[in-house]
Amino acid sequence: MSKTHVSTTINGDPVEFLCEPEQTLLDVLRDELYLTGSKEGCASGDCGACSVMLDGRLVCSCLVLGPELNGRSVETIEGMAKGDQLHPLQQKFLEHAALQCGICTPGFLVAAKALLEKNPDPTETEVRYWLAGNLCRCTGYDKIIRAVLDTASEMRGS
Amino acid sequence: MVEMRYEAPESLDAAVALLAGAKGEARVLAGGTDLLVQLRADMIEPALVVDVKRIPELCKIKAEGKGFRVGAAVSGAELNEHPKFKKVWPGVAEAFDLIGSTQIQGRASMGGNLCNGSPAADSVPALIAAGAVATVVGPKGSRDVPVEKIVTGPGKTSLKKGEIVASFQFPSRPKRSSDAYLRFIPRTEMDIAVVGVGVSLTLDAKGVCTAARVALGAVAPTPLLVANAAKALIGTTLDDDAMAALAKAASAACNPIDDKRGTIEYRTKVAGVLARRTAQIALERAREN
Amino acid sequence: MSQALKMDDKAQGLKWVGTRPVRPDGVDKVTGRAKFGADFNVPGMLTGKVLRSPHPHALIRSIDTSKAEALPGVKAVITRDDIQDMASEFVPAGEMLVNYRDMVRNVMAREKSLYDGHAVAAVAATSASVAQKALKLIKVEYEPLPHVIDVLEAMKPDAPILHEDMITEGMDPKPTKASNVSKRVEFGLGDVESGFAKAEVIIERAFDTKPVHQGYIEPHACVASYTEDGQAELWCSTQGHFVVRTHCARMLGMDVSKIRVTASEIGGGFGGKTVVYLEPLALALSKKSGAPVKMVMSRDEVFRATGPTSGAHVWVKIGATKDGRITAAEAELKYQAGAFQGSPVQPGCMCAFAPYDLENVKVVGYDVVTNRPKVAAYRAPGGPISEYGVECVIDELARKLDLDPVDFRLKNAAKEGTHAAYGPKFGPIGLVETLDAVKAHDHYKTKLGPNQGRGVASGFWFNIGGETCVALNINEDGSATLMAGTPDIGGSRASLALMAAETLGIDYDKVRPIIGDTSSLGYTFLTGGSRATFSSGMATVEAAQEAIKELCVRAAKIWEIPEDAVVWEDGHAKPAGKNAGDFEPMSLADIAKMAGKTGGPIVGYTKINAQGAAPSFGTHLVDVEVDKELGRVTIVRYTVVQDAGKAVHPSYVEGQYQGGAVQGIGWALNEEYIYGKDGRMQNAGFLDYRIPVASDVPMIDTVIVEVPNPRHPYGVRGVGETPIIPPMAAIANAVADALGIRFSELPMSPPKVLKAIEAANGAGD
Repeated sequence: MSKTHVSTTINGDPVEFLCEPEQTLLDVLRDELYLTGSKEGCASGDCGACSVMLDGRLVCSCLVLGPELNGRSVETIEGMAKGDQLHPLQQKFLEHAALQCGICTPGFLVAAKALLEKNPDPTETEVRYWLAGNLCRCTGYDKIIRAVLDTASEMRGS
Repeated sequence: MVEMRYEAPESLDAAVALLAGAKGEARVLAGGTDLLVQLRADMIEPALVVDVKRIPELCKIKAEGKGFRVGAAVSGAELNEHPKFKKVWPGVAEAFDLIGSTQIQGRASMGGNLCNGSPAADSVPALIAAGAVATVVGPKGSRDVPVEKIVTGPGKTSLKKGEIVASFQFPSRPKRSSDAYLRFIPRTEMDIAVVGVGVSLTLDAKGVCTAARVALGAVAPTPLLVANAAKALIGTTLDDDAMAALAKAASAACNPIDDKRGTIEYRTKVAGVLARRTAQIALERAREN
Repeated sequence: MSQALKMDDKAQGLKWVGTRPVRPDGVDKVTGRAKFGADFNVPGMLTGKVLRSPHPHALIRSIDTSKAEALPGVKAVITRDDIQDMASEFVPAGEMLVNYRDMVRNVMAREKSLYDGHAVAAVAATSASVAQKALKLIKVEYEPLPHVIDVLEAMKPDAPILHEDMITEGMDPKPTKASNVSKRVEFGLGDVESGFAKAEVIIERAFDTKPVHQGYIEPHACVASYTEDGQAELWCSTQGHFVVRTHCARMLGMDVSKIRVTASEIGGGFGGKTVVYLEPLALALSKKSGAPVKMVMSRDEVFRATGPTSGAHVWVKIGATKDGRITAAEAELKYQAGAFQGSPVQPGCMCAFAPYDLENVKVVGYDVVTNRPKVAAYRAPGGPISEYGVECVIDELARKLDLDPVDFRLKNAAKEGTHAAYGPKFGPIGLVETLDAVKAHDHYKTKLGPNQGRGVASGFWFNIGGETCVALNINEDGSATLMAGTPDIGGSRASLALMAAETLGIDYDKVRPIIGDTSSLGYTFLTGGSRATFSSGMATVEAAQEAIKELCVRAAKIWEIPEDAVVWEDGHAKPAGKNAGDFEPMSLADIAKMAGKTGGPIVGYTKINAQGAAPSFGTHLVDVEVDKELGRVTIVRYTVVQDAGKAVHPSYVEGQYQGGAVQGIGWALNEEYIYGKDGRMQNAGFLDYRIPVASDVPMIDTVIVEVPNPRHPYGVRGVGETPIIPPMAAIANAVADALGIRFSELPMSPPKVLKAIEAANGAGD
């Protein structure tokens, strides 16, 4: 199958890659660029484990075609910590034990970061609905929601 | 097995030319939230995918006359962030907002939701109730089509080869008008509608309904505009009798199937209940306008 | 947040056990670095994919792979001809047994396709798209046979037979004709007939449950590399890499020592990753192609081809006196096993009435094959199904007797010394404590709103121990590396490190726990049966004690005093008393840095068959609200109370409680396998399988009760499985409280609830 050449920006860095037209952004991240932090749980947009930011919008990378990336900009979980400084959400997820197996965690973090950038003071209900597209089978969501609310509170305070 | 070609034209003319000239199956890619799922599941094997998100007029929301024109590729998130649209058409905005997760909202488009041809598409009953008109552009120029005339059956539309839905026109709103959309799903999010109801109405100064449109989703092979349901409201103050008549008309219009998402019996009953609840919300909103 | 009825940690002098530090693998998991099954990549790796049957039941006449093999980029194609057949032999997989004769047929269909999704061929190719194309070029000739999906249908005399040689075991006399019932089991105490004769009130009711999937978010994945010298490396997502090694070695005819299995981080298992699916196929493809092969399931494959738990038909009868003492209890359980024998009906029978102190009990179970994927363990396999029926009848009985449901349970609750119907006498257990905690909880006292109802249910699970190895290396700088063999699904590395730190007397962050591969440790049974923190914890403590012994020996050497004159206190070697000599205490680090001069490396290594696992009891309390026009049940408030023995890391104990409760909410309200008349699964995806999403549930309150397990050095009981047992009955009881209607079918989905409401109102049309 012939491949398409794509120039894009990932986590602030210029990136070029070749992909088949049917490969998704998630396939490209994982299989071509070895950025395996974004996970495939369903490949149908139903679990959110592959959440990334595309031109500043939260999307499922499994529902974006690789060639669409030309000239666009992507942020993944790999770009969330700055140097050795974890993002406050990452820190709070650790403190609240908001993960068990951890497979859904990158998607939750990317989605929660998008929420707090748009709404720094969400209610519990707002957090739950914003994150309804991120499935977690381990935690029952309780500690995840608490971690997000606590991060929001801390970030507002600082 | 077909080799799929991806194109991202930057003008409507170029997109139409690509689609019209395609050999084999051609698909329009807007948000891709249905298309990519179908691709992955091997339900479709298009020879050509035309990404329309680089065509400026498909990605804009603008005031037109006293109404709005919304590009067919505008995402749910963009529509819901628009400062004015949501105030005038809260039902359309909330229906669009119900399509999938936040992540899906970042991509899903009204054009895609309509042209995917699902009877259960959330935005479609709201668009129909709103009286929205689709601007369809094709090799022979452009034509305006009421939204209820686009979907002809599950997965089928009245679009001809080379045609795409470019935008939707929303008419101007008289005073004391509003709309609402409700759907039933088993969970609180992430499901396909078991029943969806869009209601748009206008009241006079005394609170009597002077105009109404009621549309149902997921209860027939296509989304339905239900004239009898609207009739039940027009000329009334949406009192209990009118609401009961509305519910009855909504249930009577149903021609659903039994499937994994709901039974015929259940869908028929829920259509009535939801029609009443939706009309109530639209009524309260209209009174405030 | 959690309340805790705790042992007094300070009184016990505990510094680390019972605290909530950040988990050792945490940063990797919040940054995307952690490597899960599908995250491994090896140079020169091929992509493997499986062709699956669309037929629920069909003879496989022929398989023609020639066109697929001819496709450029295809490196290997395998079918049943590449997998050696095996004789019938049962081996343990978690709390269930598997049979090799069946296992080879489950990983690759031989004579027949037995369910929609059954593997019939696999390919390895240079890319995913080439592999996908190759699958379409494989021609399989099927002869469709009549199929059977429902458990009661499968038990009928004229049902289509899945296995012509299946003669029901446990029947007297032994049947002569084949059927779909693989076995009948029975457990009991006393005499139920005379018990029911003494009863003043008897309730009996039949229940139906649907198969539900574990629903781990990470699909099965592995990378296999088989080399020309007959050795192999396997990286996979599994709950037990030693068990994977055993199965793969047997299936591929290899020496166990020639396969090295490394467990990746695992993205959820819940019992479903205790068996093999892709691993033997990936090894066979790697062997045939001469290259490493990576295989990852799609979500559709996970649903269609991997273990859900059984759907079942359950009948329960319980009798009691007017003052609330149960006189007899009886149940009959019919569990679907899927395409091959081996449902969890036996544990289902054993735990059905375990929460109660009964004189007369009888439980009969049937294991029934149907044209569905072979069931796999799912969190307390078998327990939730039988205990759902029992706890609903208990509730109904309490109401009929006009007794508070908690009081009724307290009157009959099992306690230390109770003889359980399945055999043993209980040691110290915490059921009464959980019931008392529910009664005392503010949740139990709040007023309900309109259309709301409150339900309560208890649950029991055995928990297991088993073969376990742990190595604890004391490093030259005084830090310690802990290697365990139980894959960490939910934070067990944190618990193990806490126990190591506590025992050694060093800081938690000086202990680095890892999961060793199968060539680095002795055989260690899988993470399942709520055994990881219990068994690997016990082994960790023993390894630490062994290291301490050696540390004391070294101190004795340095001080030139007898070994028994040195004691270990607060992480230091000290002279045992004034007579032993006057030496400054030496820290672990002090001794470790001199290890090279005092006898070499200091290592604790433990190999145990962990005994003394103790059951965990829990009681759940739930408020629901019902939309009577739509039939939707909303969970308004939820509280889990459970005995943990000792919560080593309370946050992860709470997490187990909360996660189990929410899985149970899904089971109760929406989750089910939906089949068409054609015997094909219709909802093989997260869209229509409908596991709970964040907006479906409230915060889940937890109360950790601690009745220590005397057989564990820190009092630990397993906690992972019990939480999924009570929710279905608790919710059904709450719905009954709200509506006055008893539901006897799961899930209580909106169409069913609405129909029942209308039938009760006489308004149905």
